[in-house]
Amino acid sequence: MTPELSSRPHLAPGCRLGENNQQRVLLMPERALRLNGPSLEIVSRCDGKHTVQEIVGELQKIYSQARPEKVEQDILGYLGLLHDQRALDFEL
Amino acid sequence: MEKPISNPLALIAELTHRCPLHCVYCSNPLELQARGNELSTEIWSRVFREAADSGVLQADFTGGEPLARPDLVELVRAARAAGLYVSLITSGMPLDEGRLNALVEAGLDHIQLSFQAAREDLANEICGAKAYAQKLRVLDWLKRHRVAVTLNFVIHRSNIDQIEEMLAVAESSSATRVEFANVQYYGWASANREHLLPTREQLTRSVELLKRAEERLRGKIRVEFVVPDYYAKFPKACMGGWGRKLMLITPSGDALPCHAAQIIPGLKFENVKERGLREIWERSEAFQKFRGEDWMQEPCRSCDRRELDFGGCRCQAFLLAGDAAATDPVCSLSPQRAKVDAILAEINALPPTENPGKPAWLYRPNPA
Repeated sequence: MTPELSSRPHLAPGCRLGENNQQRVLLMPERALRLNGPSLEIVSRCDGKHTVQEIVGELQKIYSQARPEKVEQDILGYLGLLHDQRALDFEL
Repeated sequence: MEKPISNPLALIAELTHRCPLHCVYCSNPLELQARGNELSTEIWSRVFREAADSGVLQADFTGGEPLARPDLVELVRAARAAGLYVSLITSGMPLDEGRLNALVEAGLDHIQLSFQAAREDLANEICGAKAYAQKLRVLDWLKRHRVAVTLNFVIHRSNIDQIEEMLAVAESSSATRVEFANVQYYGWASANREHLLPTREQLTRSVELLKRAEERLRGKIRVEFVVPDYYAKFPKACMGGWGRKLMLITPSGDALPCHAAQIIPGLKFENVKERGLREIWERSEAFQKFRGEDWMQEPCRSCDRRELDFGGCRCQAFLLAGDAAATDPVCSLSPQRAKVDAILAEINALPPTENPGKPAWLYRPNPA
């Protein structure tokens, strides 16, 4: 799925950020995803307060060297993937 | 130069072998540990801290039935305090909503509820107890709690034709994940194998059905499927490789590389009462035995897939080929594959019967 820009992503029940040996991870049933750089910037904003649009805007500022459309596309793809893994829900 | 040993990622904590169910495919060993031998709350709490310090991210509480431990809420709290992600793998018995609430409050992240079938009569026959109605009650309570829910259906010949009904149970619940796990043939399942192995026709139908379900439920429920490896072309990467990712602690504290490792003759296991977890992981004879590739025989030794499946399952190699270092006989490249084919031929040659009647199940008993 492609998330709506106006929706607010938040971690699904039983999914949370963790840390081990200075490595941040997204913990969920039966798996853990390593979070580095952009993925950590994205997931730490999935707090039910930021809209997808706001997350895109903030990351476009952080990664100002990259093409803004590419940043948006990557974020939408990543959020969709996390949703399919049932790690994210979206408030409309 | 030797490769550095990777960190363990998950700790499988078999808190007890006591269980109100008597499932005919139980993965516990044939020799069950009595209550008197179980580790104390204090030792488990130390093990959780040592696990987190060694790089473990997740603790899977299992058994037996973990709810049989009166200190379960304390154990959840201790594992969370150590920094672990805590899953409870349970039959849902004995549980009331007050205790469920206390477990979630203590930090339980994920609950995996087992189902034996999607019809009460068969479900109760398979587990040898009146459990089905309670499981539906637990599913209903779970809708009111902020915890991840997985439904686990253990699949075999008697229930593989009920997958649509099982999916309906999952869709009416708050589960975000559903597992259809075909029975693996060790321990009690091995003893009941002739009644449990599905036919090839049943398996093909179920795989098609589950592929469609996976597509239809994407974004709602993650559908996961474990095939019966007797029908596979290549073996499973058992435990993600021996001593590579997972560590299992038995109710009495023995540290094992997998559920069934105790059946392999000559392996010596260390106990967490006497040794630290990190030391056991890195140095114990049992964890070192099948690590890496030095132990491999042909055809594994020169096979391109040896880093994908690590030669398959050591316990299955012992059970079917009589040699724990042999290529897993389910592999189509194994010189012993004919043994598996002979078992399948026998199962698939059975005439279909309208009313097969109740098989002569060997039920798992309850330890003292």
